Amino acid sequence: MNRPLNRNPQLDADGALHHLLTLEGLPREHVVRILDTAESFVGIAEREVKKVPLLRGKSIFNLFFENSTRTRTTFEIAAKRLSADVINLNIGASSTSKGETVLDTIDNLCAMQADMFVVRHSQSGAPHMIAQHLDAMAQTHVHVINAGDGRHQHPTQGLLDLFTIRHYKKDLTALRVAIVGDVLHSRVARSLIHGLTTLGVPEVRVVGPKTLIPAAAANMGVQIHHDMRQGVRDCDVVVMLRLQNERMRGALLPSAGEFFKNYGLTEEKLALAKSDAIVMHPGPMNRGVEIDSSVADGKHSVILPQVTFGIAVRMAVMSILAGGSA
Amino acid sequence: MNPSLPDAEQLLQVLVQQMEGAVRHDARLVGIHSGGAWMAERLASMLPGEHAFGTIDVSFYRDDYSRVGLKPTVKRTSLPFDIDGAHVVLVDDVLYTGRSVRAALNELFDFGRPASVELAVLVDRGGRELPIEPTYCGTRLAVVESGTIVLQRSDDGRLSLALEQTPTA
Repeated sequence: MNRPLNRNPQLDADGALHHLLTLEGLPREHVVRILDTAESFVGIAEREVKKVPLLRGKSIFNLFFENSTRTRTTFEIAAKRLSADVINLNIGASSTSKGETVLDTIDNLCAMQADMFVVRHSQSGAPHMIAQHLDAMAQTHVHVINAGDGRHQHPTQGLLDLFTIRHYKKDLTALRVAIVGDVLHSRVARSLIHGLTTLGVPEVRVVGPKTLIPAAAANMGVQIHHDMRQGVRDCDVVVMLRLQNERMRGALLPSAGEFFKNYGLTEEKLALAKSDAIVMHPGPMNRGVEIDSSVADGKHSVILPQVTFGIAVRMAVMSILAGGSA
Repeated sequence: MNPSLPDAEQLLQVLVQQMEGAVRHDARLVGIHSGGAWMAERLASMLPGEHAFGTIDVSFYRDDYSRVGLKPTVKRTSLPFDIDGAHVVLVDDVLYTGRSVRAALNELFDFGRPASVELAVLVDRGGRELPIEPTYCGTRLAVVESGTIVLQRSDDGRLSLALEQTPTA
């Protein structure tokens, strides 16, 4: 296949989606198509046979170089509901710990006739590198889905957030969305901001202490708020982010208790948002750190539907990528 | 509008005449998207008795997925009744190779075990590649291979047939 440089590495020469690496620069028509396709996958879980035969005979490898329970599980369920064969690689216990490079691992799995890699890695850009390697090795039938890379992107989470917002709010072109908390370390926030912008959401706010808002946030077309009450006022959607202790280096925060006081979502702060506002959280939640239990379990919370929709969205991505277009 | 194509509304009447008295009074009508779904909705109101209707989108069951990929727009399958033990009439606009009906049968059986399945089509254009035959059929037509017959619905709900040239791949 002819693959000129300087183009979106996610798209093939015909403009079809070949890998899903980032929501940054992903054309609107692709985002909308994924969300629309996911709609028709939502009902499958209620069937007597909870699967469709679309990816029968395909081998999908979950390569999680970084821990995850929910994301890996929902990718696995999504693949199984599409009738694919799923192989979970426990990377910590496999060859990389014996010195094999990531790309050698990929080559070996290609020799085992892999059709798709779902990759999570602590290094930003790792899925991108794998996708480029596959293209360079002429493995053009193999697809890569980024399941979270470092602080960079988590496109399927961004898409499931968009799906959830669209499900509850229908029209996205009049919405005010607040993303609250540890934006600095959050690939979820980055993906979601790109997706919201692509779909024409007019007002996106990031809310958090100065130390947890990236310096480049202003360049992403978002409003920056350091006061939580101002940040969530009159919002239609409040997305709470997890305080990422494991990514925290140095003293960015006084304490978790102090953080909750200023930026934890309580009923009192939520009352400042619109009366029909929805509350989202990508999980896993730290109750009492970024979100109060009564809000997490309250009537505005759509945190569990997010998980359910996540399966349908991942099914949509897999089935759009893996279909032939030759 | 192709003058040589029959009137879809008249063909629907022909189907109703065939189905009246022949289909079970409790039969469920399941239309294949999009044309069959419109027809199933119309037939449900035209046939005597109470016929529940549902719709099926066979995109996830097609046998050409690995060659041509997923259709750009997939509709949601909606069967608001129990398929287990039900008498089902599958409804489609044009029967050609039989592959869509094969896909619909497979999808149907993932919802349960129907007591029986019949097939009603507006147009049978021949060219079968599978052993599938309609139970009820509006008309049989010979169409050149390069053409596709499509069912269209106007804003006021009237159905009509049109001939489209199949793009050469």
